[in-house]
This record gives sequence, structure tokens and C-alpha cells, in this order.
Amino acid sequence: MDKGTLGAISTVMMAIAFAGVCWWAFAPKRRKRFDDAANLPFADEQSNEQKKEEPNSSTDDVARRN
Amino acid sequence: MSSNLVAAGDHPVYDYKVVRQFAIMTIVWGIVGMGVGVLIAAQLYWPELNDIFQPYTHFGRLRPLHTNAVIFAFGGCALFGTSYYVVQRTCQAKLWGGWLVPFTFWGWQLVIVLAAITLPLGYTSAKEYAELEWPIDILITLVWVSYAVVFFGTIVKRKTSHIYVANWFYGGFILTVAVLHVVNSAAIPVSWMKSYSAYAGAADAMVQWWYGHNAVGFFLTAGFLGMMYYFVPKQADRPVYSYQLSIVHFWALISIYIWAGAHHLHYSALPDWAQSLGMVMSLILLAPSWGGMINGIMTLSGAWHKLRTDPTLRFLVVSLSFYGMSTFEGPMMSIKTVNALSHNTDWTIGHVHSGALGWVAMISIGAIYHLLPILYGRKDMHSVKWINIHFWLATIGTVLYIASMWVNGIMQGLMWRAFNNDGTLTYSFIEAVQASYPGYFVRFLGGAFFLAGMLLMAYNAFKTAQNAGEAATEANAEPQAV
Repeated sequence: MDKGTLGAISTVMMAIAFAGVCWWAFAPKRRKRFDDAANLPFADEQSNEQKKEEPNSSTDDVARRN
Repeated sequence: MSSNLVAAGDHPVYDYKVVRQFAIMTIVWGIVGMGVGVLIAAQLYWPELNDIFQPYTHFGRLRPLHTNAVIFAFGGCALFGTSYYVVQRTCQAKLWGGWLVPFTFWGWQLVIVLAAITLPLGYTSAKEYAELEWPIDILITLVWVSYAVVFFGTIVKRKTSHIYVANWFYGGFILTVAVLHVVNSAAIPVSWMKSYSAYAGAADAMVQWWYGHNAVGFFLTAGFLGMMYYFVPKQADRPVYSYQLSIVHFWALISIYIWAGAHHLHYSALPDWAQSLGMVMSLILLAPSWGGMINGIMTLSGAWHKLRTDPTLRFLVVSLSFYGMSTFEGPMMSIKTVNALSHNTDWTIGHVHSGALGWVAMISIGAIYHLLPILYGRKDMHSVKWINIHFWLATIGTVLYIASMWVNGIMQGLMWRAFNNDGTLTYSFIEAVQASYPGYFVRFLGGAFFLAGMLLMAYNAFKTAQNAGEAATEANAEPQAV
């Protein structure tokens, strides 16, 4: 196999890997899990300051998450 | 010790002592590193300043001191401190590793002090951003491995099921920097303070710039993106714009950055295909870089008004703007024909500082302003107004710096390549130096602005620490973390 073919194969493999990462990240069934993960910076405060999250979830937030 | 463990609800106490130590030293080393930077900028305008104490104060010896101090001392302390904070908060676990934790702090400070002694004495392996000689390199390796053990040990111990994206970036940065450092620092010692690289010729150059560019890509980018993914959402009080995008951002960024180093060796003895590969990979890099920048900035969508009242958030968001700017400029400069103009000119210095001052320093400063009140048990910094003044000093300083270097760099590039009809050079080298003089002064001025902001920050931090715990119940809050 010459260098050109190897280059072509690795390019296609990388494209597939990239598409795979995108699919894995954006698949709807993982939406909930990632929404939870996105809230991790606030998670350790919420347990002792329950009020914290309330004022933040404005309509903006809801609109943005959709 | 117990006074340094802060309770957080029903979660385990966090170890804030080491975070506090690194936060303070970030400011201290920032002032030292930037102070040396302003001095060497002044030396280029007033050459007699080289003679303060020859040969130790010569530009050639102070320049690596400046780069090591700002990158590894200032940037390094910011990364250590924030990563230790973020990994604890997002894993809801106390730092793991026992005595390894203070070892990483004191070991890293020792590395910095050794650098500050050996570089002016002229001990150097002559590899840019890896100048330190082999005994110090071994110490760095020990500290870095301990850092990895503490960081990943804490992740293993986490109480949360998911590993937050900031930790992915910090983790990628820690692992890659370990590999980069060990491979590039491989050398044959001939005496206690002298060694020769294990590689030769063009291969040595390629290893060096594989390291050099990934020092930018992983130390100065991935690590600080970890900072961004925690502190921007936290300061804006809303989750990151798109967590899914952050995952794609991570994998795309780390898999492409590692290939870009060859663009430092355009038109050199490096094989042409390797140069072209470096250029193409650098161009592709624009996509993940901007994906991350957009993700950070859009976190503010619907909360833009906070920028009006919160100068800390302003630091964080403007740092992302500079990040976007320099990650656009970088790929452009990696195009061979553009590089033919920009290489070895002040344009490169301007580009580096648009990233270093605008992105790395500003996001660190923003993160430290976020941290200090928390670490000292206060609601706010001593003076929020001073943060705002600092913000404008830093922004004006950065703009002065990069604008003057753009002008100088493009002018130098054009003067060097100008030919007369008979094929002789239009300008001698010294004519290009003379033409750069005004730009050198503006650069010095920009650096001085930036340094002034850091001094104000230090005073603000001191006052904040002095009145520590006014809102907390800590019995024995130690203001002096050092």
C-alpha cells in the first residue's frame, strides 16, 4: 500500500470518527444526561441552597435549552 | 489544617488551602513575569537598560526568564489552583493524594525559583519554552506526575456519575503536557548543568516545535478552556450554552492540535510535506477553536446585561473574544505564503501576546477574581470598582501591545523582502530596526498598562485576604496562604 492510499484511508477514518463523536454527543437519547452534566458546576450548591436554581430558570433558559 | 477544609452542605469538605496558595502565587508570579516582560520591552527601546548588571540582565538571558515566568509560573499556578478547585467542586470530592497535594505546590514553586536563578546565570538547553536544564526537568516530571495522580485520583473518587467537561480539558492538558515534557526534554547530560538533546538536526527541530506548539495547544489552551468551562457558566450563573458542543469541541481540539507544530518550521530543512501537513492541520484547527469560543460566549445569551455590572464576567468574556481573535490569526499565519511575510517579525510576538495577555491572562484573572472571595469566605472582592479599573487597564494594555506589533511586524516583513530593480535589498536590517522604534515604545506602554492592572489586583487581593471570613465562620482563616 502506498503513502497516498494510507493517507486516503486515514482521512476517511478520521471523518468517520468525527461523525461518530458528533452523533454520540447530539443523539436525542443522551440529551437528558448531558443537561444534567451541564448543571454539575451548580450541583454542589443546590443541596444546601435549594433556592439557588429558582430565579435562574427564566424563559430565556427554557428557550435556549430547546 | 481543619480551617482550610470548607464544608459544603452534606458533601465532603473541600481542600481550599492549596487552591488559596496557588491563587496567591498566580498573582505574585504574574507581577514578576510581567515585570520582567516590561523590563525587556524597555530594553528594546532603551538598550542601555541591558547594562544594569551584565551579563545577568542582558535581554538574551531575561527573555527566557520572562516566558518561563508568565507561562509556567503565572499560567501554571493558575492552572494548578483552578483545576484543584474545579475538580473538587464538580466531582464533589475532596482532593485525593495526601502529602502529594502540598508537594505539587512546593515542588512547583521550587521549579520556578530554580528557573529564576539558572536562566539569568545562562544555564539553558536552548529549546524555546523548554530552556531549563536536565536536573530541573526531572523535578518538573516528578511534580507533574504527582499532579496527575492527585487530579485523576480525585476524579476516581468522585460522587457524581459524570465527569464534567472542564475536567476533561484539564485532564487532557495534564496528560499531554507530561508526554510533551518527557519526550522533548530527553537529553544526554554531560555535566550537572549541561546537556545535549537526544535528537539531531531537523528531527530535533520537529520534536521541539511539536512540543512548542502543543505547549500553546495544551498548556495555554486546553487547560484554560477547562477554566473557561467552569468559571464562565459559574460567573454567569447559567449552564454552558451547549454541553453537546463542548464534547465535540474537546475531541476535535485535542486530536487536531497535536499535528500543527510543523507550521513553526515553514521554509526550513523540514520535509515539505510535513510543513504542508502542519499548515493544513492549523487551518482545520480554526473550527474547534471557534466552536469553543462560541460555546463560551453564547453561555451569556439572555444574560448579557450582567456584563454591565460584573467586571469579573467582563474579564472572562473579553478573554474569549481575544481567544477567537488569536485562533483566527494563528491559522492565517500558518499559511505558508502569509508565514513568508510574518516569520521572525514582531507580528509573531503580537500574535503570541494577543493569546497570552488577551486570552490566558484575562481568563486567569477573571477566574482568580471569582475564586478569592470564596477562598477567603467573603461575599465579594474588597473593591469591585478596582476590578473594573483593572479590566480597562488590561484591555487597553493588550490592544496597545498587539496593535503596535502588527504594525511593526508587517512593516519589518515588507522591508526585508523589498528588492531593487538590480536584485539588491532595498533596506539593510538596521533600517528595519530603526523603523520599529515607535512600535517598541507603544509595546512598552501596553505592557506597563497591563502590569499596573496586576499591581492593583494584588492590592485588592491583599485587602480581601486581610478581612477574610467576614461572612464566614472560619475560626482560623489564614490570610497569608503562602
